[in-house]
Amino acid sequence: MREKPVRTFWPWLLIAVVVVYAGLLLLAPLVAVISGAFEDGIQPVLEAITAAEALLSLRLTFFLAITASVINAILGLIVAWVLVRHRFPGKWFFNALVDLPFVVSPVIVGYVMIVLFGRTGWLQNFPIQLAFSLPGMLVVTVFVSLPFVIREVMPVLASLTREQEEAAFTLGASSWMTFYRIVFPAIRHGIIYGIVLTLARALGEFGAVAVIGGGVQGVTETATIYIYRSLHDRNDIGAYSMAITLGVISVGILVVMNWLRRDPSEKGSQHVDPTE
Amino acid sequence: MQLAFPAKAAARPHLPFGEWGLRAAAITYLIVLIAIPVIVINIEGLRGGLDLFWTDITRPAALSALWLSIWTAGVMAVVNTIMGTLTAYVLVFYKFPGKRLLDSVIDLPFAIPTLVTGVMLVLLYGPQTLIGGFLDQQLGIRVLFAPPGIILALLFLGYPFVIRAVQPVLAGLDANQQEAAFTLGASSWVTFRRVVLPAIFPAMITGGLLGFARALGEFGSIVIVSGNIPMRSQTAAVYIFGQVEGGNMAAASSVSVILLLVSLVVTLGVDFIYRRKSYA
Repeated sequence: MREKPVRTFWPWLLIAVVVVYAGLLLLAPLVAVISGAFEDGIQPVLEAITAAEALLSLRLTFFLAITASVINAILGLIVAWVLVRHRFPGKWFFNALVDLPFVVSPVIVGYVMIVLFGRTGWLQNFPIQLAFSLPGMLVVTVFVSLPFVIREVMPVLASLTREQEEAAFTLGASSWMTFYRIVFPAIRHGIIYGIVLTLARALGEFGAVAVIGGGVQGVTETATIYIYRSLHDRNDIGAYSMAITLGVISVGILVVMNWLRRDPSEKGSQHVDPTE
Repeated sequence: MQLAFPAKAAARPHLPFGEWGLRAAAITYLIVLIAIPVIVINIEGLRGGLDLFWTDITRPAALSALWLSIWTAGVMAVVNTIMGTLTAYVLVFYKFPGKRLLDSVIDLPFAIPTLVTGVMLVLLYGPQTLIGGFLDQQLGIRVLFAPPGIILALLFLGYPFVIRAVQPVLAGLDANQQEAAFTLGASSWVTFRRVVLPAIFPAMITGGLLGFARALGEFGSIVIVSGNIPMRSQTAAVYIFGQVEGGNMAAASSVSVILLLVSLVVTLGVDFIYRRKSYA
């Protein structure tokens, strides 16, 4: 193994510096929010989180995140496929475009939607109302979480050798059958990991949905917008409770992420499904 | 290389109908969802002419917001490039109790909503809290509603970028080279500087720049910790948000154009450094 057993002083110092930095940076805030929310016991937290508007906002957040994940799983897979397997002029450009949602400020994303579909927008006569409505919020959620499936699937797809596919094809399998039986099992792990990341990103989106949704209570108010409004209204316990709820969901997602990252049995395409 | 050639030659002349459909779908998706919005914001920002754009961008509040975003993101990128490289090094080369836990929690910032990060920092460093109160009263350091709070929020969300970029490169390094250097009498520091560092440098810069670009546009956590005080703790993203809320579209557009431009340059720069192993 590469890992060296640590015997001397300097490595321990390095380890200590890293552990203290990570602990202060990542864990201390976590402890703070938990102790802050449960200051007066568990009862107020439960009450706050089961309030009608809190539940409504959570439901909206889940609806947006799950729908966006489904859309990005399907279209992301297609984009990854085309970017890896096809050759066409300008491919590098489309490849570069994929990374933009990582770095474009969510506020700008929401704002572009207002510019296009707002009351005095360029496309104000667009048949579907996108500004201050659910469809618009879905579009921005899809945007901010777009790269994950693509970036997880592309390297795996690129590393596949074509022999198996060509063999299947030669033996008379249709291209769909070839994909389903040969390619899909190999990239399944990447797809799932990408979806988990998509879900996490979509659940926590705030800036973009706040701008385009307008944060109308009970209609376009997501869980993150609920937190923002609660802080504004001095409903601290409501804000902290929802923050904890989202935090717990995120940590759950993190656990799934780690479990996926460490599962080596899924890597190859030799995985045989006995039911087939 | 050899393997790819016949497949490519066979696939190119007659692409099946279904594949054309996939290509069209992929390109349309990327253009509609990503390219068009970027073009729209640029047109909107420059619609009133360059003079107006210049007036909007040189307003003191706009300038100070842009500058605050850039310098806080820059500080974060420098600190996290150093700490992230150190973390990756420790994770790859040393064995210690709690290592697996550390490796797991590093992804926390990718999972936790940034707004929740903001709330957590308020609870940790707010004026009524133990730490916040101590820093404020004893040392006179204001964390919340001031640049230190912004930097802390950015440090949190930017931590994994360099680590996750450097870790695989470190793990893939040829151990023989290091051992050879070591055997030839180089100290571990010299070994690191001459053998390890050159190998991981591109990954460090890539991770650092991506973190920087990501931090430039950060909104959720900053809007909570910064208190949104113009000229003092208002970053560019928060400024844009305020202008949109206030219906001042021209001001929002011009700052958006600049912010977007910087992110674009940085992202393309990363693409260039990295020369993304062309997935062909």
